[in-house]
Amino acid sequence: MINKTVSNAEEAIRDIADGMTLMFGGFGLCGIPENCISALVKKGVKNLTCISNNAGVDDFGIGLMLHQRQVKKMISSYVGENAEFERQLLSGELEVELIPQGTLATRCLAAGYGIPAIYTPAGVGTEVAIGKEVRNFNGKDYLMEMAFDADFALVKAWKGDTAGNLIFRSTSRNFNPIMAMAGKITIAEVEELVEPGELNPDHIHTPGIYVHRIFQGKNYEKRIEQRTVRNR
Amino acid sequence: MLDKEGIAKRIAKEIKDGSYVNLGIGIPTLVANYIPAGFNVVLQSENGLLGMGPFPYDGEEDADLINAGKQTITTLPGSAVFDSAMSFGMIRAQKVDLTILGAMEVSENGDIANWKIPGKMVKGMGGAMDLVASAKNIIVAMQHVNKAGESKLLPTCSLPLTGVRCVKKIVTELAVLSVLPEGGFKLEERAPGVSVDQIKQATAGKLIIEGEIPEMVV
Repeated sequence: MINKTVSNAEEAIRDIADGMTLMFGGFGLCGIPENCISALVKKGVKNLTCISNNAGVDDFGIGLMLHQRQVKKMISSYVGENAEFERQLLSGELEVELIPQGTLATRCLAAGYGIPAIYTPAGVGTEVAIGKEVRNFNGKDYLMEMAFDADFALVKAWKGDTAGNLIFRSTSRNFNPIMAMAGKITIAEVEELVEPGELNPDHIHTPGIYVHRIFQGKNYEKRIEQRTVRNR
Repeated sequence: MLDKEGIAKRIAKEIKDGSYVNLGIGIPTLVANYIPAGFNVVLQSENGLLGMGPFPYDGEEDADLINAGKQTITTLPGSAVFDSAMSFGMIRAQKVDLTILGAMEVSENGDIANWKIPGKMVKGMGGAMDLVASAKNIIVAMQHVNKAGESKLLPTCSLPLTGVRCVKKIVTELAVLSVLPEGGFKLEERAPGVSVDQIKQATAGKLIIEGEIPEMVV
């Protein structure tokens, strides 16, 4: 097996440079690559274009990078939880492209499947359709949306092996497997890194061919955005 | 007149046994509390879950298990998780039977606006555009008029659209209305204690009234 292991987040992101386009797995704060984000904040790379469903909160997730003004542009479906984001957007420091969540997901999928573009009905007749090819199939209009082209994808998995095979846990799966497939270089951080043979091949969500670097993350905070409980 | 819980209760009557349903944030979320006991209804959460269960007991929250509103939730026996592309795949392929969501405006031809107010901070459409573009059946839960007292049921939407010609039914604090394929809000039911005249006054779009309008049973 090809060994994809790197020692830590700093080594994994060593060649991420100013101006690159990065994908971040996660939905809200669930399943985000915490270690890679911390390393990017430490490294201080700037002018990044970030493709991520959300933009974190003020003091966690991609919000940490926004605070350091490392992000030039966000491509997201929903960005509502972040005051610093709002400030930078309104002051013109930050560019944002809002796209439908299913379009975001399927543009990742297309990249990972080697398909240049997809047709989706989401956004037909709305401002999302402006400037896009509309094509009618069987009486219904669809927008052509291009596959993403990202320099790096940063994903978080529950378990992985040194060959890069990944298993996700519960709804922290979300965008992670499809972004893992979509990056030119994919970095996976995992809660538990094991040797080849320890994961059942039938249980693999992302085959290692899509993963270029893998490391066991540390100090996962796994912050909860909306803690909702019921009484016993 | 109905309160929010009343709107949710009335919408719950539209849910069929054995269906897959996606509930939006706000009043739609409350609908889950009124699904009749004994019904097998599977709730889809577009972040990647079928079979959304209730909130966890205090102390049993799992950061890896949330719904599309980022709330901690639970799974149920028979639940399944999947990635975001598959989640919207099943939405586009119309495997999800019913979508219930809120709106700022609905037009008489079924257009919906619910994601953006020009001049205000725009948070994004999330999955709403995908859901309304593909769902077989869309029910809107909303107030009949906005805070300024202006009708939200309009000839054409004034706000940026989320989707076109997609809303099938609307439940407000005043009425149940269906959107006719040829255009127009057909008044189906009045809320308890609400007159047809009140509904007329609160509806700016074309309102179609045929015969006696029954009072809804909630």
